[in-house]
Amino acid sequence: MKSLGVRAGLLSVLLFVVFCAAWQLAVTPSASTGPALDPEYAKLMGISTAGAKSAMPGPLDVAAKLWDNLKRPFYDNGPNDKGLGLQLLYSIGRVALGYALAVVVAVPIGFLIGMSPLAYRALDPFIQVLKPISPLAWMPLALYTIKDSALSAIFVIFICSVWPMLLNTAFGVGAVRKEWLNVARTLEVGPWRRAFTVILPAAAPTILTGMRISIGIAWLVIVAAEMLVGGTGIGYFVWNEWNNLSIANVIVGILLIGVVGMVLDLILARLQKRVTFPE
Amino acid sequence: MAERVNAERFISIEGIARRYPAAGGSFTTIFENLWLQVPRGEFVCIIGHSGCGKTSVLNILAGLETPSDGVVVVDGQAIEGPSLDRAVIFQGHALLPWKSVIGNVAYAVSSRWRKAGRAEVEERSKRFIDLVGLKGNEAKKPAELSGGMRQRVGIARALSIEPKILLMDEPFSALDALTRGTLQDEVRRICKSTGQTVVMITHDVDEAIYLADKIVLMTNGPEAMVAEVVENPLPADRRRDSIHREPDFYTVRNHLVDFLVARSRTFKDEKPAGYDPRRPPLVRLGEPVAPPPINTIPFPAVATARD
Repeated sequence: MKSLGVRAGLLSVLLFVVFCAAWQLAVTPSASTGPALDPEYAKLMGISTAGAKSAMPGPLDVAAKLWDNLKRPFYDNGPNDKGLGLQLLYSIGRVALGYALAVVVAVPIGFLIGMSPLAYRALDPFIQVLKPISPLAWMPLALYTIKDSALSAIFVIFICSVWPMLLNTAFGVGAVRKEWLNVARTLEVGPWRRAFTVILPAAAPTILTGMRISIGIAWLVIVAAEMLVGGTGIGYFVWNEWNNLSIANVIVGILLIGVVGMVLDLILARLQKRVTFPE
Repeated sequence: MAERVNAERFISIEGIARRYPAAGGSFTTIFENLWLQVPRGEFVCIIGHSGCGKTSVLNILAGLETPSDGVVVVDGQAIEGPSLDRAVIFQGHALLPWKSVIGNVAYAVSSRWRKAGRAEVEERSKRFIDLVGLKGNEAKKPAELSGGMRQRVGIARALSIEPKILLMDEPFSALDALTRGTLQDEVRRICKSTGQTVVMITHDVDEAIYLADKIVLMTNGPEAMVAEVVENPLPADRRRDSIHREPDFYTVRNHLVDFLVARSRTFKDEKPAGYDPRRPPLVRLGEPVAPPPINTIPFPAVATARD
């Protein structure tokens, strides 16, 4: 009757409402449950007698906290009290730097590896060993050699985003159809022009796939890295709010991490769509 | 004098060979000691079964493959790799799918004339797109075109660089019969009007008879050879709709079909006396004196030494 989009949207809203209701229900203190405690004893144990109020916030608490944070995202009251927007900007900035560095390194090297079967074979064992290393495992080494926690976080982002891009670029470049290369050869197109007018456009969809995987990994890793490094960033914010036992803020942080991750992925998806060609 | 020799041997294939390493350190010879000359302005079709190396011959002419032996001389110069002088129309159109129709043609034009201005390149590209009947489709991507239209773009791209030689590798084999017919008409019209030298690979006998001035017959591989060169006896003003009524049509058609059916296989063992791979016999299937006894055309009907 209605279009699929409208029906899916309605279902999404319904699921959201059901989820929030269940959540609210789960955290609402129920007066009847639990044995009646001696008020004195309860006080000693730090439990409120007026119905056991859970430390877990309900959806409304979280919504209120979210609104608080969104109202003034960029305030800065010293090291441990910064606006959420500011923290997110720190994280995005780190990711952008490490990621950009990875693009600059991975795409040209991937290009060379893809063009030369010899280089591909020779470098493959190194890449295969380095690729599965958890980026956080590099952290101590980075801290020791770089001696700067902010730069170390950027290095960790770099090292985790470089591999998917490198491999995808090499694969995409190596898999350019021979007939397209032959077209360039019969037209006496020089190596540079060929690289930019034939190989790059032909490999671009594969390269962008690698970049999309990388941005996802980078965003996953930055949160963990900032928890370790501390100071600023959304990862540090979540950890700091845990220390403050402000679960509502932790949930707000989690939510925003998800939203930003989604936006980053959408941007890359849009770019990917632009370079993809139908055959 | 040199002019004349150059015109007669505009393309001169001189003893080329193609060998692939086989198991056990030996080599598989697809063909060797292959000689062939194509005069300027001629339309030559090479026919033979799959595996006789005809695509290799074309790729060597294009400079995309190097022969294991021998050389190819074009217009007095030995081929050393691909060149803008020799345009290739590929079997699978080989258009760059991320470029539009005009983008694909302009890519070739700007490769040919590196210093040409944008307007000049565009004007020239448009002219050749018009020539193949694709006016109005300039902005479309190859994916939006039918198979026949894509091959038209391939033809426009090849012609736009004004090559000395046009090389075609079964350009119409992936198309349906109707589209193939119209494209053959177009190619014939364009090549006749410009005096283009063409070498085309095909396994379609009728296509060869309609298009070619000379038809080169290759025996089956491995160790394929040029059995003979058949001069097309049909008049130059032949037309697709009446070609089958030409008096010599069936003579030449039967000759070609007989070759493909039987002699392409047996030729190797029953070489005619005096066969010289350097000078494959030129067969002229003239007007038959008596009603032609089909299948018993004496070989060679007319064999003249070529120079």
